[in-house]
Amino acid sequence: MTDTTHFTRPEPETDEIKPPVTQVGVIGWIKANLFNTWYNSVLTLAVLFALWQLAPPLVEWAFLDSRWYTDSEACRTTDGACWSIIPNNIRFILFGFYPPSEQWRPLLAVILLVALLFISRNRRFWRKPLAYAWMGGLVVMGILMRGGILGLDPVESSQWGGLPLTLMLSVFGLTAAYPLGVVLALGRQSRMPAIKSLCVIYIELIRGVPLISLLFMSAVIFPLFLPEGITINKILRAQVAIILFTAAYVAEVVRGGLQAIPKGQYEAADSLGLNYFQTMRLIILPQALKIVIPPTVSVLISAFKDTSLVVIIALYDILKTTQSTLSNPKWMGYSTEAYLFLAVVYFICCFFMSTFSRKLERELAT
Amino acid sequence: MKQVFKCCAVLVITAMIFLPLSAMAGETLDAVKKKGFVTVGVNGSLFGFGQPDEKGEWQGLDVETGKAIAAAVFGDASKVKFIPLTAVQRFTALQSGEIDVLCRNATRTLSRDSALGLNFVQVNYYDGQAFLVPKSLGLKSAKELDGATVCVLPGTTTELNAADFFRANNMQWKPVVIESTAELAKTFFAGRCDSLTSDASQLAGTRAVAPNPDDYVILPEIISKEPLAPAVRHGDDEWRDIVDYAVLAMINAEELGITSKNVDEMLKSKDPKVQRFLGVSEGNGKALGLDEKFAYNIIKQVGNYGEVFERNVGPDTPLKLERGLNALWTDGGLMYSPPFK
Repeated sequence: MTDTTHFTRPEPETDEIKPPVTQVGVIGWIKANLFNTWYNSVLTLAVLFALWQLAPPLVEWAFLDSRWYTDSEACRTTDGACWSIIPNNIRFILFGFYPPSEQWRPLLAVILLVALLFISRNRRFWRKPLAYAWMGGLVVMGILMRGGILGLDPVESSQWGGLPLTLMLSVFGLTAAYPLGVVLALGRQSRMPAIKSLCVIYIELIRGVPLISLLFMSAVIFPLFLPEGITINKILRAQVAIILFTAAYVAEVVRGGLQAIPKGQYEAADSLGLNYFQTMRLIILPQALKIVIPPTVSVLISAFKDTSLVVIIALYDILKTTQSTLSNPKWMGYSTEAYLFLAVVYFICCFFMSTFSRKLERELAT
Repeated sequence: MKQVFKCCAVLVITAMIFLPLSAMAGETLDAVKKKGFVTVGVNGSLFGFGQPDEKGEWQGLDVETGKAIAAAVFGDASKVKFIPLTAVQRFTALQSGEIDVLCRNATRTLSRDSALGLNFVQVNYYDGQAFLVPKSLGLKSAKELDGATVCVLPGTTTELNAADFFRANNMQWKPVVIESTAELAKTFFAGRCDSLTSDASQLAGTRAVAPNPDDYVILPEIISKEPLAPAVRHGDDEWRDIVDYAVLAMINAEELGITSKNVDEMLKSKDPKVQRFLGVSEGNGKALGLDEKFAYNIIKQVGNYGEVFERNVGPDTPLKLERGLNALWTDGGLMYSPPFK
């Protein structure tokens, strides 16, 4: 290795001794990290053995013996995965009952929403135009989904389903819950007893019950109290339940941030003659909200996943549309494949949120 | 602000509880006509009865019953909106007026008919609970299931029926309770339980998707009665009659030999029964407050009971169900329509 010579320019002999191959390179790394102690060696061997046992059957199931674009009969003839369930039902899984001839509309709405989310990732764009873009985008999305004007056929919200419904419940739920949660947190810190106790009661009441029970209340009990014939949209009822629930959790997280702000900050604001709203807006909240980015994102991620609970009130979000596919005898029994697909969809969304939060933390240098 | 709203909501809700809720006769029909479609509560994930297909279009016996009601009211089977409901929601949705009629494989029972404030109409499927077992066990009767491990869905009457059956026959059993139908089937085929119990119609569907359907048999005992019928709210008899006779019209048409294919020829029939039924000689429609052609529209656009049965759950479908109790009374079944006159 060391004595590579060239005809044109012979290198002078050096006394430089390269480190032994067992110390550097791949072998060195393996030795230093995987076999540096006896228990690490045992663990490494155990993991290798497990991989050797598990990986081949898994690969065989998922890739070699699997069916990808066949019908269900072809799936019955193999022991491998039947991924065909996804392409065969993708339309229903993604868009639910939305009329097939109009399905470009929810597709466009989802693309628009994702595009807006991606642009919003970058803090350079956090200016007024982005706010207008969001407002415009939401109106366009509403028009696309609902129809009824501009020559679009009206599509009732009871026909919405699949991915647009999941994203809608999440995005609207989270964006509405966050400000509400901040207000509740401030209310809980308030010196006015009435506001303080109302906020405490609200937060504790909502945190004291599971989301499922709130959804049941909204879906099963609430309609009984309305006069006959008057019904409030089922999606709206679920949406409100999700917002109320998430807001209580956000409130407690934000309260943690508020309490972490040293008293001196409040006193400094007071001595500058700032009133309550100025103090909060200019001094306290910017610091407090920055501190609580990680727990807030945790709450938001879990709220996003919780939207799948709407299956119990028969809203066809992406989980329910997939489950519904599974009850068709043709595709019954391929739940592993369908749920893996769903897991990937959910993972992409949640991973997007958590990378965004890390990026935000880095940029704000907390 | 939220709190103020909540207080108002509580007040309104309290007021509602004390306000008497009463429906006047004919109210539902008027409301349905005004909005232009019938709202039907369906299952949403029960193949053969109420489930969206790959294109998102509703299919099933209960779904077609809903279409028949729309055909009777509007002369157009497509003027119907289906609302998928869970077992818990279904009766509330009807009571609160969210739906006009419930066609969601609901078993007619005394308490539901009375205390829940519902009225069930003509049964559109006679079901009953049975046991599915692997052939290899060599069982001939459910009475030989002593000590068996049985896979069962929780929360419905199924679990109670099974418990009653084993107790009545002095047998021991170990229930394995699993929430979803698909998982239940998977567990059973994996050999986790000796037997799977559910309504016979569902067992047929489960057996159809077995890795090898011929390895499994449904034991002959039917341990419960499950007359599945559409339901409406108490207090609106006119609407109840319409739903009842929409279902009966499909049965009557089969009795008279009228199908969706020959219904136009049958208009020329000399048989007074057929003439009255199809509205050639008038009277039936007016009595129900419907178009004279309501039965014609049902049969033309949806079909008679036999056609609907064959299309959704019959031998040519994955469920492969025989008519059995659901055959016409003339063929030894229970389907029997009162005269249309």
